[in-house]
Amino acid sequence: MLNILIVALLQGFEYALVTLGVMLSFRIIRFPDLTIEGSFPLGGAITASMIAAGLQPVFGVVVSLFAGFAAGILTGVLNTKFKISKLLSGLLVMTILFTINLRIMGRSNIPLLYFGTILTPIEKLIPKSSLPLIFFFLIVILLSKWLVDKFLMTELGLALRATGDNEQMIKSLGVDTDFTNILGLGMANALIALSGSLITQDQGFADISMGVGVMVTGLAAMIIGETLLRPKNMWWLSTAMILGTVVYYFVISVGLRLGLAPTDLKLATGLMVAVALCAPALRDRYGVSKILREAKRRALVKGRSLG
Amino acid sequence: MLELENVTKVFNRGSIDEKVALQGINLKVSKGDFITIIGSNGAGKTTLLNSITGSVLVDDGNVIIDGLDVTHLSEFMRGKFIGRVFQNPLMGTASEMTVEENLSMALLRGKSRGLRKGVTENHRRTYKPILQTLGLGLEDRLSDRVGLLSGGQRQSLAILMATLALPKLLLLDEHTASLDPKTAAVVMDLTERVVKENALTTLMVTHNMEQAIRHGDRLIMMHEGRIILDVSGGEKSRLTVPEVVERFGVVDEKLLLV
Repeated sequence: MLNILIVALLQGFEYALVTLGVMLSFRIIRFPDLTIEGSFPLGGAITASMIAAGLQPVFGVVVSLFAGFAAGILTGVLNTKFKISKLLSGLLVMTILFTINLRIMGRSNIPLLYFGTILTPIEKLIPKSSLPLIFFFLIVILLSKWLVDKFLMTELGLALRATGDNEQMIKSLGVDTDFTNILGLGMANALIALSGSLITQDQGFADISMGVGVMVTGLAAMIIGETLLRPKNMWWLSTAMILGTVVYYFVISVGLRLGLAPTDLKLATGLMVAVALCAPALRDRYGVSKILREAKRRALVKGRSLG
Repeated sequence: MLELENVTKVFNRGSIDEKVALQGINLKVSKGDFITIIGSNGAGKTTLLNSITGSVLVDDGNVIIDGLDVTHLSEFMRGKFIGRVFQNPLMGTASEMTVEENLSMALLRGKSRGLRKGVTENHRRTYKPILQTLGLGLEDRLSDRVGLLSGGQRQSLAILMATLALPKLLLLDEHTASLDPKTAAVVMDLTERVVKENALTTLMVTHNMEQAIRHGDRLIMMHEGRIILDVSGGEKSRLTVPEVVERFGVVDEKLLLV
């Protein structure tokens, strides 16, 4: 059980960066962005290639961040400047990135077994324990969350949120919503490429197909987090993203331990999202507060008929 | 302040649905004018406002604001100096954001937005007395989401937001039409006060003839994309609903609704 928890925490904190990026595009600027499935392996491809070429791993991380940002900008420009639909813009960039990722790697898989990564010194702190890594990824995600929270409360951040909330209004206040949309997509994909870079270094390889399903995972984690915390403001929303990702990986780990085959994971993810989406309706109908209210009403009716 | 020169707009030109919305409109608005615009459905009132804000690009003619030809300027660029309140209270505010966040966004109209804190204690101290003048209790709800407010509250907030940074031009597009009569009166009082206090140059489109006559210092009546009546000063203050009806016929029965 403890083992499952450790796995869930590590994966949860690793992938929470993706969920945070999904939050920026899907919730903040309300842009259903498919670029994610390309920018995640983009981070991995760049990092693995640079490390395999003998460069400092930290450069790989930095370049991944900027490359992810650029991918988001490309999607944003296609949508805002050339009026290609949001879904299609993301789909196009995702498709383009597949080839770019292959070109960067030169083949479909780069193992990093014999190279040091930025995680190597951290792993060595306590031999054969995941605790240092969990701690490292916790710091990364908390720092990212703090930065995103702070940013969304700035003048520019407010304009970004309004772009998703009421684009017409913020435009009439003199804000270039092309710019805010592009910026939001850039930031989201920078976070996601960063996640791809760090996860590649943890798992010890980059693979061309590592992005498959990452968007659905992010969406699932986001919806689970929102259902659990029902966030009322930005701070709680980003907190929900982290919690949702950890819960998602906990459920998946439990499922695998109970004998779920890895091929069943997509079904499990789909069911989990469906349950999370059904929760508000179920809560209204069968929730504790509803039952209490009913009981009170019955008691009242009974009391009145007696009196 | 505002000049329209031969402004023309045709929708679906050359198709079976061709609709001439504006037929060579010429209009000069002086600084501080409060103009009410009235006309039946399809008279071109909203298209007129939209061609000023840039939501609609005109086919012909020029739009000049404060000496600057804005005919080809994009909507958000014009937003830097045009305040606007829409008919639908949902359109003028961001519902997922708080009252104070909405006001802060409005305060930055026409200014660059950077990484400074969006809402500061200083801001809150400024907003409270302004909201107090509304008498709606919004001064105690600064950190409430706007989605929790009523239509009248949202529209009042929208008026504050449109005028907070003192735009060169204020455009009101039937902004009381979707409110109940009592709330509409409150919102109209607020409009009148804000416009007077700041001597804002204002264009107010309305469906309500009585409202058009009672408010403002100049009245324009539109019909089929043309201005058919333009009165101001003493002549306007003597105007009555029956007189207008007699001169122009009942263009639209809705115009008579008070």
